[in-house]
Amino acid sequence: MSTSLILLIVALIGIVGYVAGARRAMALAGGLSSKLHSRPGYYGSFIALWAIVPALLILAVWLVASPIYINSSVRSGFPEEVKALSEAEQGLNFGMVSSLARGMNVLSLEEIERVGSNPAELRAALGAKGVPLAGEPQPFMVEAAGELNTMTALSRTAMTIVVLAASLAGALLAFRQIAPRFRARNRVEKVILASLVVASSIAILTTIGIVLSMLTEAGHFFARVPAWEFFFGTVWDPRFAAAGATDSEGQFGLIPLLLGTLYIGLVAMLVAVPVGLFSAIYMSEYASPKVRSIAKPLLEVLAGIPTIVYGFFALTVVGPFLRDLSSQVNGLLTGDYMNFIQAQSVLTAGFVMGIMLIPYVSSLSDDIITAVPRALCDGSLGLGATRSETVKRVTLPAALPGIVGAILMTASRAIGETMIVVLAAGVAARIQFDPFEPMTTVTVKIVSQLTGDLEFTSPQTLVAFALGITLFAITLCLNIYALYIVRKYREQYE
Amino acid sequence: MTDALSPAAGIPKAKPARRDIGIKRRYAAERRFRAYGIAALSFGIIFLLILIWSVVSKGYTAFQQTMITVPVEFSEQVIDPQNERATDPQKLMTANYPILARNAVAKVLGVAENDRAGLRAVNQMISDGVRTQLRDMVVANPSLIGTTQTVSLLAAGDLDSAFKGQIDLSVPETNRKVSDRQVGWMNQLAESGALAKHFNTGIFVNGASSRPEAAGVGVALIGSFYMMLIVLVLSLPIGVAASIYLEEFAPKNRFTDLIEVNINNLAAVPSIVYGLLGLAVFVNFAGLPRSASLVGGLVLTLMTLPTIIIATRAALKAVPPSIRAAALGLGASKMQTIFHHVLPLAMPGILTGTIIGLAHALGETAPLLLIGMVAFVANYPTTPLDPSTALPVQIYMWANEAERAFVERTSGAIIILLLFLIVMNVGAILLRRRFERRW
Repeated sequence: MSTSLILLIVALIGIVGYVAGARRAMALAGGLSSKLHSRPGYYGSFIALWAIVPALLILAVWLVASPIYINSSVRSGFPEEVKALSEAEQGLNFGMVSSLARGMNVLSLEEIERVGSNPAELRAALGAKGVPLAGEPQPFMVEAAGELNTMTALSRTAMTIVVLAASLAGALLAFRQIAPRFRARNRVEKVILASLVVASSIAILTTIGIVLSMLTEAGHFFARVPAWEFFFGTVWDPRFAAAGATDSEGQFGLIPLLLGTLYIGLVAMLVAVPVGLFSAIYMSEYASPKVRSIAKPLLEVLAGIPTIVYGFFALTVVGPFLRDLSSQVNGLLTGDYMNFIQAQSVLTAGFVMGIMLIPYVSSLSDDIITAVPRALCDGSLGLGATRSETVKRVTLPAALPGIVGAILMTASRAIGETMIVVLAAGVAARIQFDPFEPMTTVTVKIVSQLTGDLEFTSPQTLVAFALGITLFAITLCLNIYALYIVRKYREQYE
Repeated sequence: MTDALSPAAGIPKAKPARRDIGIKRRYAAERRFRAYGIAALSFGIIFLLILIWSVVSKGYTAFQQTMITVPVEFSEQVIDPQNERATDPQKLMTANYPILARNAVAKVLGVAENDRAGLRAVNQMISDGVRTQLRDMVVANPSLIGTTQTVSLLAAGDLDSAFKGQIDLSVPETNRKVSDRQVGWMNQLAESGALAKHFNTGIFVNGASSRPEAAGVGVALIGSFYMMLIVLVLSLPIGVAASIYLEEFAPKNRFTDLIEVNINNLAAVPSIVYGLLGLAVFVNFAGLPRSASLVGGLVLTLMTLPTIIIATRAALKAVPPSIRAAALGLGASKMQTIFHHVLPLAMPGILTGTIIGLAHALGETAPLLLIGMVAFVANYPTTPLDPSTALPVQIYMWANEAERAFVERTSGAIIILLLFLIVMNVGAILLRRRFERRW
């Protein structure tokens, strides 16, 4: 029976159980729901939960565990000379067996009788049915495939029986417990509460998943390349290995990538912080409500535009514009129309990223500026200070810790930003300080190492995870520190 | 000041001059400061306008496609010279259909049959996509063979660009992709009405193609749709359940504090890290197929969860305690209070947060690059397990293409993406306006 059919039947048992439970409860109470401990629906849900939840758990465990068990027992039946082969070749052999097994399900019984003993014919027959085999099947493979098929079929039948039996048994057991004073609601609510707890621990699981997955893969990388060569190396030259070759050496120096990341981030912050901060000050201190109600959403649109659009904008508009501008300026000054700004450069990527970050800075600082107690500003204005003096001498110093927190949060976004730099910063990993030249970042290299054919054994691929964990650690530290500052600042005024 | 202190004290004192407190200078500083603010604000808004204008001005032409409408003779000589189509169905699939289109256009233009260079030039004006177009017509209705039908043929990408005026015709002929002769024919066909711009449905339905005129975002739209569906189905219930627990039930202890800090940090983790997580856990460890929208959906779900949780908690917090107190007072259990009274009242806020989270997920590119959504997929995915692409990834791939016509397509795809985002955000705003309650 297919899995979806089993699911359907279990669901049906649940529904029937719900109706039966609700009716039974009403009948026991003599039709007066006031005599019941819980409302009738809870009795129904109680039965439905008992019918569905254990059955689904068994089904899930069975689906995960049975292929693992069957595979290992089929493998242990391989002849000794096959078992002596390397892990990869055994894997290939098993791949053949499983496609044979799939093919033998397609063939009819008499066809199997006819070709079963002759491997070459078998291959041809399977090919005609659309199941290609990588090589000529050996006799032991045919045998193993047969075994695999019998075991799979057996497991499936057993699973169907066990799951349906569990569902029915659960429903019946629950049904027998129903009595007017039975506390059905409390039981059902306990299950709901448990599921709420499970849902909220997914956040923790995600973090654990991020850290563990990256640590394991990065661990594989650091087993090949010493950690100090990665963290303090000044040359990035991973030398793409040919498929299968694992001996090709590359140099994986983090420093040029980190410098590029920080440099582009710095340029972005130089654009975003003044613009964002001044817009926030203008909107909270000067703008009329009407201007504010138009300008604020407009600025926030900038935050809603996907980063790939900014990347395309940088690639097709800002980059070429800066390049042509530089060649015109150079021509006017020296007569030589050479462009000194490259189309892909630190400046292009940083500038466009800065525009993207404006709304982050402005909305975060807006919140913080408006959180400064009104009395402070009113006092300053009352003593005769102008608005700008109040902002500069009173509001900003009071809001400073919060604004620093906001800037740190924005900086962590700049460091983790990917699409703009992928399209606009270039791919050359080098150490230099000319903002008009291309540089590259950690995120660009993660993307370029992981697009294309993947082999989870070569350091060329695994380095992406080492880069990822570095990025994660940097942004995590920035964020925790920023949150800490903001929280501390808030307590000051509450 | 010195005057006032001078010994001539007997003279009635002039009204003392006001102490110079630099009022002019201070007011000037005030005006400057204000001007900085206006400048900063306009800087941001001007760049928003430039961005939108550059995308729209480049991209609106992508929604039109040049077509050449000519009578095409489905000559048996070309399609099936040996008359084998009854016995060999492959015959109709492999016939040389582009020749039919070429001959049809050449006939209208009056190019002689022995003018080899001329015929080649005519061939360059028609997209290679006519092969499948004519083939599908013939396979669907083999009786067309031998008849002459009026067909709208797709023009080649370069001709399309030239007709839309995107190719500078003043540069020397050798430096551009369309020859003077082809431009002459183009004008001739345009005058007779055979060559005209039509609404481009292809960009919405076609899959990936190396020819810009036949490329579309159809596969990407379906992939994005699957992903949004998965994100919605998974992240809304999980997010709401998690927020209800944290907001209403969680005792104040280390564990819940940890969850809280965690969620705030997860919201700020760079999206590319989620891509690495998806690659390592879903693809490498769990063995799900690469390029599948299922994996993309799962990754985006994990990414969207913190946003939804934060929005839901804010919405739950906004429901006044009096509602809870009233329900509890009437004998409802805590669970009943929350599910029957608090949650429905918080629903508009939750849905707004969800839509905004979905909009972010729809535009997200970086994590999808890592799990292999950068793929050349020409066929529609039928299940979320089939390889597919996503709208922003399609934009990324087209942005890397060199041809002029792809710039137009890229901007067109961006317009489609932005339209979806606008619809979602406007929907969220309307929802908030319609159902928001002030307590």
